[in-house]
Amino acid sequence: MTISAEKMKEMLWTMVLSRRFEDELMDLCKIQGKIPGMMILATGQEAVGSGACAALEPEDVIITNHRSHNHLLAKGANPNVLMAEIFCKRTGCNKGKSGTLHMAVPEINAPCTSTVVGAGPPIAVGRAFAQQYKGEKRVTVCFFGDGAAAEGSVHEAMNLAGLWRLPVIFICENNVYAGAQRLEEHAPVLNLADRAAGYAMPGVIVDGNDAPAVYQAVVEAKQRALSGDGPTFIECKTYRCRGHGEADPQHYQPKDEISAWQEKCPVPRLRDTLQAQGVITAADFQDMENRAAAMVREAVRFAEDSPYPSPEEALEDVFAE
Amino acid sequence: MQKLGMGQAVNQALREEMHRDPNVFIAGEGVGVSIHLNPMFPTHGLLEEFGPSRIKDTPVSEAAIAGLAVGAAEAGLRPVVEIMFNPFFTLASDMIVNHAAKLRYLSGGKSAFPLVVRMKSGAGIGAGCQHSHNLEAWVAHCPGLKVVMPATAADAKGLLKSAIRDDNPVIFIEHMGLYFAPMPVPEEEYLTPMGQAEIKRPGTDVTVVTWSGMLGVAMAAAEKLAQEGVQVEIVDLRTLVPLDKETILASVAKTGRLVVLHEATRTGGFGGEIAAVVMEEGFRHLKAPLRRVTGPDIPVPASPPQERFYIPNDEQLIMAIKEII
Repeated sequence: MTISAEKMKEMLWTMVLSRRFEDELMDLCKIQGKIPGMMILATGQEAVGSGACAALEPEDVIITNHRSHNHLLAKGANPNVLMAEIFCKRTGCNKGKSGTLHMAVPEINAPCTSTVVGAGPPIAVGRAFAQQYKGEKRVTVCFFGDGAAAEGSVHEAMNLAGLWRLPVIFICENNVYAGAQRLEEHAPVLNLADRAAGYAMPGVIVDGNDAPAVYQAVVEAKQRALSGDGPTFIECKTYRCRGHGEADPQHYQPKDEISAWQEKCPVPRLRDTLQAQGVITAADFQDMENRAAAMVREAVRFAEDSPYPSPEEALEDVFAE
Repeated sequence: MQKLGMGQAVNQALREEMHRDPNVFIAGEGVGVSIHLNPMFPTHGLLEEFGPSRIKDTPVSEAAIAGLAVGAAEAGLRPVVEIMFNPFFTLASDMIVNHAAKLRYLSGGKSAFPLVVRMKSGAGIGAGCQHSHNLEAWVAHCPGLKVVMPATAADAKGLLKSAIRDDNPVIFIEHMGLYFAPMPVPEEEYLTPMGQAEIKRPGTDVTVVTWSGMLGVAMAAAEKLAQEGVQVEIVDLRTLVPLDKETILASVAKTGRLVVLHEATRTGGFGGEIAAVVMEEGFRHLKAPLRRVTGPDIPVPASPPQERFYIPNDEQLIMAIKEII
């Protein structure tokens, strides 16, 4: 499959934007102490969200998890309202009620970020069921981690999706670590995609640091889903270069392992590929970085200038009237 | 007026709402092809009438059933899913407690989750504690969930129709003991609003607040006490969340005495909440200490004499009332 230059540039752009956005979060959280709560980053894993979302239309749905910033930005979320939400301000996408961990952006069809590990797949199954029920030619992508793959809810969701041939694409972002546990300490198989056979769905393994490879796998999964052939399990092999959260000292991760994976960083990798192919120039890339920096600066300014919600607004939005 | 068991009344509500709104669908274990070929059961005959695209038999997967409801509701459908027995709720509880109840709040009010989770509850079927365990206090404790527990077939029908049309997640708990006794149900279409208790029997001497399967116990006790000249007022809550405090407090203001009666176990039971509301907002009306009549703090036993011992009865209620009048 040839991937258009536009798609390639789109993937690179959302990766560059995500990286700049999260590098800024790292600074805001660790150096400046401006962000409340936990901070969970996907640095080095951007090829998964950026590759997958490039294969989706605006009407397709994503369900994401605690490591969500890249997924949401790649799906088209406005950086200003994301940043304001991360600052827990009233102008955030959820009026400050979600914070960094639970951002729901239904206007871009990213209605649920669940931090309960393994909770995304059953909800994705429900969302995909609605697409099937209404006869929409749309898919739902569910991002979850290797840790989530150990949850019973994931088994139930995949079983139902396989049984009902639902248009859902399960993307397992295998970043080797679930909290402090390495994959071999929490899974008896090396390839989580092997489990797909148990649900009568294809299990596809891709290099999770190769955005075009992820894109291609999702395009194929989407074709299968839309032709009624049901779900696909895509395992993206990547690596968690940061800790589980920014408070994690990563004492259990070998330093040479981290540095070896940093060498495989997906952003320069796609940049170099596109430059070698003549799709972009070095100046184009610099321009992308400048644009991303300007957007993130503006997002931080917007968030910092925004008011907090009043304490009493905490009482709102529990029930629909 | 037609006479229906509560299961048949639920069945009518489901039928009417499915005819009215194509976004309503039903999912759960055995909701289509059931091991019970019994017209008294709530989903009997629905598969034949609405077909397999809207009546979805699922695997034995409570988390997936509840997740199906959450995801489909966010997309604008109106799922009515069944968790076969109240204790199995634990397997679905993450989807209900952390997601159905919280995702609207986490969205800042952008999303709605118009879903109904139906569950069977109640002791009295000899099935033991993993089938009979009334967990209404658990769900009532989760902001974002409405909790409905009808005591009559007519209320079950009207409340379920309201629940299906409501834009919030509703936990709808049906007492199995009420499936089989025919009760009057209006022929014409009607809705029963959630959040409104009903005085099922007016009285002047003592208020009994109850719900679900215990209404019959309260009525039997009231009948006996009336022969002794004691007039019991029975408040059937019908809905635990939203709670109709006004009706409770007005009744207590009238009678000056309160007994709360529920089948669920005592400690942490919803009766404690009723007692607290009355102590905080109606204390000045109380002429005597309030009482609770509840199941004891044990799992529901399977052995018939022990199960009968577990379920609160009219004699216990009469004794509690006599202590405070």
